[in-house]
Amino acid sequence: MQALETVATRERPGAGETDAVVAVRGITKYYGSTEALRGVDLDFPRGKLTTLLGPSGCGKTTLLKIIAGLVPKDAGQVMVNGRVVNSPGPERAFVFQDFALMPWADVLRNVAFGLELRGTSRREREDIARHYIAEVGLAGFERKFPHQLSGGMKQRVGLARALAVDAEVLLLDEPFSAVDEQNRRKFQEDLLRLVETERKTFIFVTHSIEEAVYISDRIVLLSPRPGRVSQIIDPRISREAGPEAIRRDPAYLDTVEEIWQGLKRYVD
Amino acid sequence: MSTDIGAPLKPRSWRVPMMASLILWCIAWEVVGRIGAVFILPPFSEVLARIPELVATPTWQRATLTTLWTFSVGMVFAVVIGITLGVLMGRSRIADRLLGVWVNLFVSAPLSALVPVLMILFGLGETTVIVTVFLFAVWIIVLDVRAGVLHVSPSLVEMARSYGASRTQLYGKVIFWAALPEILAGLRVGLIRGVKGVVVGQLLVAIIGYGELFELYSRSFDMPRFWALTILLFGAALALSALIGILEKQFGYYAGVRS
Repeated sequence: MQALETVATRERPGAGETDAVVAVRGITKYYGSTEALRGVDLDFPRGKLTTLLGPSGCGKTTLLKIIAGLVPKDAGQVMVNGRVVNSPGPERAFVFQDFALMPWADVLRNVAFGLELRGTSRREREDIARHYIAEVGLAGFERKFPHQLSGGMKQRVGLARALAVDAEVLLLDEPFSAVDEQNRRKFQEDLLRLVETERKTFIFVTHSIEEAVYISDRIVLLSPRPGRVSQIIDPRISREAGPEAIRRDPAYLDTVEEIWQGLKRYVD
Repeated sequence: MSTDIGAPLKPRSWRVPMMASLILWCIAWEVVGRIGAVFILPPFSEVLARIPELVATPTWQRATLTTLWTFSVGMVFAVVIGITLGVLMGRSRIADRLLGVWVNLFVSAPLSALVPVLMILFGLGETTVIVTVFLFAVWIIVLDVRAGVLHVSPSLVEMARSYGASRTQLYGKVIFWAALPEILAGLRVGLIRGVKGVVVGQLLVAIIGYGELFELYSRSFDMPRFWALTILLFGAALALSALIGILEKQFGYYAGVRS
């Protein structure tokens, strides 16, 4: 049984592809004299969760921040819905590794902050924020402050903030790395449900192979120094069976193994 | 105290409450004053008795108004310019390089030595005192604000940018609040230094505000009034500092937990 489909590394971008919300072409980035990314071409299909996976130093977070418009690139283009973008925009929302919550503001204001910056009226933005706070399972915590929450709850606030601005594309930078293992599993399951219900495009950065295979529709493997696309994998895993079944699914285990074989040579 | 006999003596158990130590020193002052050992020190009770009397005099009221006015004007300049420079230095490396040396020089320099120069530049009047207050207070505010702005987590700034914050929103809604604990700490120290500045300035100019009064009382050996004025000033400085301290506590809840 062919459970996975490996796309050749230098596949022509865009050729015969389904609709791509975000496309990057020839992205190159230097930090001083270090080449962090070299000529990265990628398409991110609409409504899917694509993961950027690779060892530390492969530039996956840099690539994500370039897509977000937070980090300037040295060459290449980022296109959102076919339009070239060079700065942050309302069609993209970012979820930060360290949560980036404002400690002086309560959960409600933190979640509504993107809308506050846009000048949405208080009543309207708080209604929207309340909806997404409930959506991520934090109903009842609206008036709590970040320091009163656990790491997992803080990241739920970060996710609700990103959902509240109703962006088409959600960019998640290792969102679970500062969350403990039990919470991470619960969070991954919730994220899968959100991908189903919210119909948004997710671009996700992680260094965890299991996490990537578990949640992704597509996995982009990046090789380090300089960061380049080394492989694109579409795990064909049925998600209907439920989380426990997925983790025991041979297709899941085979994909994890294949990625590990691909990445092993970069680990010293 | 008899219950404590069996317990081992810890150094902590000897801590004297602040008020108790204050009362002790006041009693000592009273005793020394009554004996008449030091002629410039009248009994504490006599000094206290003079305070309401002093407050009622038009001279004191006029001097207080002058002092408050010069202090406030100097402080407003110090706060506005201090926060502006501090934010600038915290956000721009060029500004930091350009100004850093000077700010660090002035923050530790004996500024009282500059007041005679200021007198030549600005004359024997309120302007000199205002400039003295400003110079005493501004540098520490600059340094604390700079430290606060440098401490703002880079991801908070990225967060604001990624959600489309304008420059004004970035500074007004994120950077200012994130740096607020340090800004308030700078303001507290700045205010205390400003009080020093207004007193030093007035003493050296010697013809306005409290400087004039101090000059008058010490020259005529009116020690009770001299001390009464001193106590009033000390009290005012303490009260100001306590006020900012309360404000700091309001925002303190997150100062310890942010990282």
